[in-house]
Amino acid sequence: VIPPPLLARAVGNGRRRIDRLAEVAIAVSALLTVGGIVLIFVFVFREAMPVLFDQATMAEANLRKFFTLGPWQPVSDHPRYSFVPLLVGSLKATVIAVVTAVPIAVLAALFTAEFAPRQAREFLKPVVELLAGIPSVVLGFFALMVLASLLQAVTGSPTRLNAFNAGLALGFSIIPVVYSVSEDALRAVPRSYREASLALGASSWQTAFQVTLPAAWAGIFAAVMLGVGRAVGETMIVLMASGNAAITSLSPYDSIRTMSATIAAELAEVVQHSPHYSTLFFIGSMLFAITFVLNVLAGLMVDRMRRHLAGA
Amino acid sequence: MMIHPSLRSRPWAAGSCALFVLLLVLPLLSGCGKGGGAGRGARVSVKGSDTMVILGQKWADTYMKEHPGMVVAVTGGGSGTGIAQLINGTADIAQSSRPMKDEEKAKIQEATGAPVEEHTVARDGVTVYVHTSNPVTRLSLDQLKGIYTGQVKNWKEVGGPDLAITIYSRENSSGTYVFFKEHVLGGDDFAATAQTLPGTAAVVNAVMKDKSGIGYGGIAYGSGIKHVGIEGKDGSVVEPTEATIKDGTYALSRPLYWYLTAKTPEAGRTLLAWVTAPEGQAVVKEVGYFPVQ
Repeated sequence: VIPPPLLARAVGNGRRRIDRLAEVAIAVSALLTVGGIVLIFVFVFREAMPVLFDQATMAEANLRKFFTLGPWQPVSDHPRYSFVPLLVGSLKATVIAVVTAVPIAVLAALFTAEFAPRQAREFLKPVVELLAGIPSVVLGFFALMVLASLLQAVTGSPTRLNAFNAGLALGFSIIPVVYSVSEDALRAVPRSYREASLALGASSWQTAFQVTLPAAWAGIFAAVMLGVGRAVGETMIVLMASGNAAITSLSPYDSIRTMSATIAAELAEVVQHSPHYSTLFFIGSMLFAITFVLNVLAGLMVDRMRRHLAGA
Repeated sequence: MMIHPSLRSRPWAAGSCALFVLLLVLPLLSGCGKGGGAGRGARVSVKGSDTMVILGQKWADTYMKEHPGMVVAVTGGGSGTGIAQLINGTADIAQSSRPMKDEEKAKIQEATGAPVEEHTVARDGVTVYVHTSNPVTRLSLDQLKGIYTGQVKNWKEVGGPDLAITIYSRENSSGTYVFFKEHVLGGDDFAATAQTLPGTAAVVNAVMKDKSGIGYGGIAYGSGIKHVGIEGKDGSVVEPTEATIKDGTYALSRPLYWYLTAKTPEAGRTLLAWVTAPEGQAVVKEVGYFPVQ
C-alpha cells in the first residue's frame, strides 16, 4: 500500500510527463510548418540565384534588363526579359480586382455587422465564406467562357480576353477574404462605441459610417491587404481569362500577362538551369516577397487595431 | 521602413521579419544534392507534346488491349516538357512535335552516354483557322507572317472586313508554337499582342467565340471554326489533305517524333516497333493525323 502523499506525487509525475510530451509534439508540429515554408523559399530562391551571381546567366538575364522597359520575349533568337509588361499586367489585374471587390465586400461586411438581423447574419457570413471554396480554375473557366463574351458585348472592347475580364473574375475570388476579415474587424468594435453614438442622438446609419467604420479602419485595411496579396498571387484565373499577351499599356481592355501566369505557362518548358529558368524562379521570389510584405502589413494593422480598441 | 521603430513592442512582427531574413540567407548556405530517377517494370511512360496526347493515348489504349500486363502511361505538357523529362529520366519516351534542339541532344548524351534516338511516328499538318463569319478563305505565308508578327493589323489588309485582328497563339512551351515560329515567322518573334492560350483546344475555343480572331493548331482539332487555305508558292491554294501533307506541297506539314534514349526499357522499344508497324499507323489515321509511309 502506497502512502497517499507518495501516490499524489506519482500521479503528478505522470501528468507532468504527459504535459511535457504534448508540449514537444506541439512544438514539433509548429517547427514542421515553419520548416516547410523555409525549405520552399530556400528552393525557390536558390534556383533564382544565378540571375544575381552567375556570369553566364547574367549576360542574358540580369536585374537591369528585368526592370527596363521592353518586351517579354524569352523564347527567341534574342531573348528579352523585361518584367515591365508583367508587372504592369499584375498591377492592372490587381487594381481592377480591388476597385471592384473591396467596396462590395466592405459594404456587405458593414451590413452584416451593423444592420442585418441575427438570422440573416448567421446565414450570410458562412455563405460568403463558402465562396472562398470555389476552385479558382472554375472561376477562370467561367470568365473564359461566359464573362468574357458578356463583357465584350457590353464594353465593345476589341479583345475578348483582357485585363478587365481577368480583374473582375479575380475580384470574385478576393471578396470572401476581404468580407470575412472586415466583418470580424467591425464586430470587434466595442458595443459601448455604438451605444454612446446612439445616445448622443446619431442615427444607426450615422453610427455605422461615422463611428464603427472609422474605429475598424485598421482591420479593414488589413482585409484589403490580404485581398491584394491573394490577387497578386492568384494564377489560374488570370492564366485562363486574361489572354496572356505581354503588353505594356494602361488600357483595361488590352490583354495582360501577369507574373504568376507567366510562371505557370512557361516553367513546364524551360531547360533546367537556363537563364529563362532562373528568371522564372526570380519572378517567383518576387511574388513571395510581395505577398510576404502585404501579410506583415495586414498583421501589423490588425495588431494596431486590437491595441487601439483595448486602450480606449 | 515605416514598421521598423515599433518592432520591439510586437514580438511576432520582429519574429516574422527575422524569419524573412533567415529565408534570404539560408539559400546562400545550402547546396543540396539532386535525387535520381527510379527503375520501372513493364511500365512505359510517354510524355510530351500536347498535340500528340490524343494520338499517344489512342496508341496506348489499343496496345494495352492487345498486350495485357503492359502499362503505357501517356501525358502531355508540351514537347519541351517531354524532352526535359526524358533528360531527367522521368519519362521513357518523349513525344515531340518539333525536332530536338542541339543542346537538348547534348544533354541526353551527357545523361545517358549515348546519342538520342529519333523516330518519325506520324505526320501532321498545322492548320490556320478563323471565325465562321470571317469571309477570308485563303492566306499566303507572307500574309500569315505579317499577321503574326504584328505588321498586318486589320482584316481588310488581307481581303476581309474592316476589323482589327485578334491573334491567338500557343504558350511558348508548345511544339506547335516553335513549328509556327520557324515555318511561318521564319524565326522572327511573335507580336507582343499575340494572346497565348494553354492548349490547342483553348485556341480553337477562343477563335470560335471571336469574330476578329485567328488561331493555329494541329489538324486533328478542327471543329466549330473555319479553316483557311494556305497559298502555295505558285499562288494556288493547298488544302491540308493526306496527299498534300505527305508530299510536302502543303506548306505547314510537319513530322511528329518519338525520342528514345539508351535508358529506355525494352518494353518501350517493343512499343515503338508496334507504333511504326501497320497496326500503329492505322491508329494514326483514325485519330486524324497522317501515317508515315
